[in-house]
Amino acid sequence: MKTLKYIFAIAILSISFVSCSSDKDDDPIISNPVEGLNKIYEFTEADHSVEIYTEKTSLEVGYNEISIRIKDMTSDKYITNAEATWMPMMHMETMSHSAPHSMLSNAEHNTVYKGHIVFQMASNATEYWDVTLNYNLNGQAVTETHEVSVIQPADGLKKVQVFLGSDAVKYVLAYVNPKKPQVAINDFQAVLYKMEDMMTYPVVENYKVTVDPRMPGMGNHSSPNNQDLTYNAATKMYNGKLSLTMTGYWKINLKLLNESGDVLKGEDVTESNPESSLYFELEF
Amino acid sequence: MKSTINVFPLRAIRVGFLWFAMLCGAFMSALYAQENPADSLKLINLSEVVVISTGRQLDHQKQRKPLSTLDEFLESSRSINMVKRGAYAWEPTMNDMASERLAITIDGMQIFGACTDKMDPITSYVDVSNLSEAQIGSGQQGAAFGNTIGGGINLKLDKSNFKPTGCNGSLESAFESNNKMRVFGGELNYSDEKFYLNTDGIYRKADNYKTGGDEEVKFSQFEKYNFSVNSGYKLAEGKSVSATLIYDEANNVGYPALTMDVSLVRAVIGSVSFNQDTLFGNFSNWESKVYYNTIKHVMDDTKRPDVLIHMDMPGWSETAGFYTQANFNKEKNHFFFKLDGFYNKSYAEMTMYPTNSNEPLMFMLTWPDVRTKDLGFYAKDHITFEKASLKLSTRLAYHSNTVADDFGLNSLKIFYPEMEKTNTRFLKSFSAQYHKMLNDFHFNGGLSYGERAPSVSEGYGFYLFNSFDNHDYIGDPNLKTESSAEANVSITYKKSIFEITATANYFRVFNYIIGVVDPSLSTMTIGARGVKIYNNLEYTQLFNASLSGRYNISNAFKLTGNVSYHRGVDNDGENLPLISPISYRSALDFYKNQFSASFSVEGAGTQTNYNPAYGETKTAAYATLSASIGKRFFINENNLFVKAGIENILDTYYSSYTDWNNIPRMGRNFYLTISYSIN
Repeated sequence: MKTLKYIFAIAILSISFVSCSSDKDDDPIISNPVEGLNKIYEFTEADHSVEIYTEKTSLEVGYNEISIRIKDMTSDKYITNAEATWMPMMHMETMSHSAPHSMLSNAEHNTVYKGHIVFQMASNATEYWDVTLNYNLNGQAVTETHEVSVIQPADGLKKVQVFLGSDAVKYVLAYVNPKKPQVAINDFQAVLYKMEDMMTYPVVENYKVTVDPRMPGMGNHSSPNNQDLTYNAATKMYNGKLSLTMTGYWKINLKLLNESGDVLKGEDVTESNPESSLYFELEF
Repeated sequence: MKSTINVFPLRAIRVGFLWFAMLCGAFMSALYAQENPADSLKLINLSEVVVISTGRQLDHQKQRKPLSTLDEFLESSRSINMVKRGAYAWEPTMNDMASERLAITIDGMQIFGACTDKMDPITSYVDVSNLSEAQIGSGQQGAAFGNTIGGGINLKLDKSNFKPTGCNGSLESAFESNNKMRVFGGELNYSDEKFYLNTDGIYRKADNYKTGGDEEVKFSQFEKYNFSVNSGYKLAEGKSVSATLIYDEANNVGYPALTMDVSLVRAVIGSVSFNQDTLFGNFSNWESKVYYNTIKHVMDDTKRPDVLIHMDMPGWSETAGFYTQANFNKEKNHFFFKLDGFYNKSYAEMTMYPTNSNEPLMFMLTWPDVRTKDLGFYAKDHITFEKASLKLSTRLAYHSNTVADDFGLNSLKIFYPEMEKTNTRFLKSFSAQYHKMLNDFHFNGGLSYGERAPSVSEGYGFYLFNSFDNHDYIGDPNLKTESSAEANVSITYKKSIFEITATANYFRVFNYIIGVVDPSLSTMTIGARGVKIYNNLEYTQLFNASLSGRYNISNAFKLTGNVSYHRGVDNDGENLPLISPISYRSALDFYKNQFSASFSVEGAGTQTNYNPAYGETKTAAYATLSASIGKRFFINENNLFVKAGIENILDTYYSSYTDWNNIPRMGRNFYLTISYSIN
């Protein structure tokens, strides 16, 4: 019994020790909020510079999480009161349009302005994307526009769908998570926007997207316990569950339903209809 | 919930069969009543022993076909049937129950196959050259070897055991015409009172076999070799250590009934034991053993034509264990105690290669690194009375399964989001067996209860394809413990020249584990009909009865026969799969002056009780004839034994209920065995 008590005592001590030390470990992570991200652009002006970070090494068609830092050259510090906003624009030969995007927010780390843009298409020789940034620098309103390059994902997989629903509304549905799919029940996340006009893409709320993952290479094998994507007002995204029973190429067949349950886009997968017209692709 | 109408005519069958048996017995006993009883006090046990040993000279004549595969030996047992997926690695079944419900050990060692498709029953990891006998216990009488429902089989290794025989050796070879099987074997032994060393090796290579009517069964070839070393050293009088090492490897094994073959199966089996004649004064035959075995099994479909998706399916199984056992005698009580335990690690994976080579490989864990721990205690008391005896036994075991691989755990959580990593059970077994002798009659009756944990596949299998019913199977970690209540009875009438036995047993298996179709699930294997999830049926009933007899016509001629009936239904009265139809076997053996001959018939009735839901079709009745002759020659001190025979003389085209996908059996086959032993 006595030894048992000692063992317990040691166990409790070591737990408290571990928890103490892990608290301390958090500090250096806070000090570098862009750790693990790639700096894809740095625009240097006379008195300040703008750094643009993403998880990937370039901007791609589909959902892009973007982090922006603005450095004041005079104080050599990243500013925290920029109140930054942005506006992506596609310049085509005959017309221009914007892209669905979130607001920029520095709530997570006060030096990092974070948001996402869903690029519907890639830039090419004659058509290009630019992003206009508005922010305050030492009380001065600054507006600058930078051209950015948007490429098709190297894997060629479909992660964004731009389509006309049966209600004659144009929608943009983009895959967000899982970034690293597992053979498991994955947390599935997507964003849904509609196109009001060339410049306005509001978030669509309270619709539903049904989920039917399939492996076309395996006789359209499917998986159980998937959960439809439903709207989460806090994140302004759609959350669901995605079961993947093995690694490989998966086609996630989807169907978009409005609040009253009308199908706006997509079909059920059946023997005679192996795939839906609304889908994402993934490989792992 | 369940209807109470019991349409199952078990009772009627049982009663009918018993009446038949008794009538036969009475009739026969009337005929031979004038014969004198010779032995009488020898206990008759429901358990059975199949003699295998090839090296021992005296046994040779008794075997109709020496150097046949172990599978064929086991099949000659009246309580064992073999499920066949090809010419090799048959799966033993007992009382119509297969691997998961049996406890099969090699010299007391727990070994678990590494193949998710049951292509490697552990009987495939030893060869006849290693073994002296197979000890068979029906139902809970097999619980000495482990937790079981259907029974236990222990394959006993052949050892010299300090017999002062000195040096001896033998060379053996056999050839079979049908599949051109070549067998080469040999053994070299040394044994004195202080030390022994047994070594043996055997090599078999067979091509595709041909059915009756000369149709070739593609992918039925195999090649296998097996080496073993056994050694013992006497530390002092009544005290010895011994060690065993078996290496078994098979390559290019075809499974015509399956979609895949096996490119490699390798088993290394080793043990060290300590034996002492007495312990604490009162105990005797104290034996303790530690053992370890490792198995690698690689499935392969590269030689098959028209493979849609090429797959790699390797599997590994590793087991370490121990047991320690001793006898204790006190007046009429003969106790046997055994403490045993094992730790097993089962891991299997599947990699599929997509037709579009730009897509990534498809990978899944079919056995998610399941760690099984088992600690058991077995005790038996054999109480002898005058002309009667009572055998009481029990096994109590702690059993746990843990999924050690996170990838595998997450995979299973797709089906069972709430599942626990570890599952622990307490398993119990009790058995009482009574034997009574009345004049020339022996009466045996027993009641028992036993439990078993789900197998790795049943609990944790992930998309295991079963080509018998063409379904993918998924395990259920939350399965209930399967348990069985069993009653058995047997009556033997025995004279020195004549013997007849009628036996019957009945199992009511609760929470019977079997795959049940889940129509909501999508198949993984291309072409599969559906997905089954292992499930507990409320209960099932299994009934087996057999009548067997022996008649010594003269000193040289002996006639034996056996007929058996089997029935298995679930709680809705539906037939269970793989239940034997009426089957029979009879042989006439001749032995005189080192010359032996035999003529035998073996067959089965039409399988009327089958279940298409499990992929079964009605199997037609069949009968085959076989014959053999053998002669022993003495050359100086040594002897040469030659045996030749024909199996399936009429070249019948047939398959039995156990044959997967009704793959037809071998047609006419001539064999010749030559064995030369040097003393």
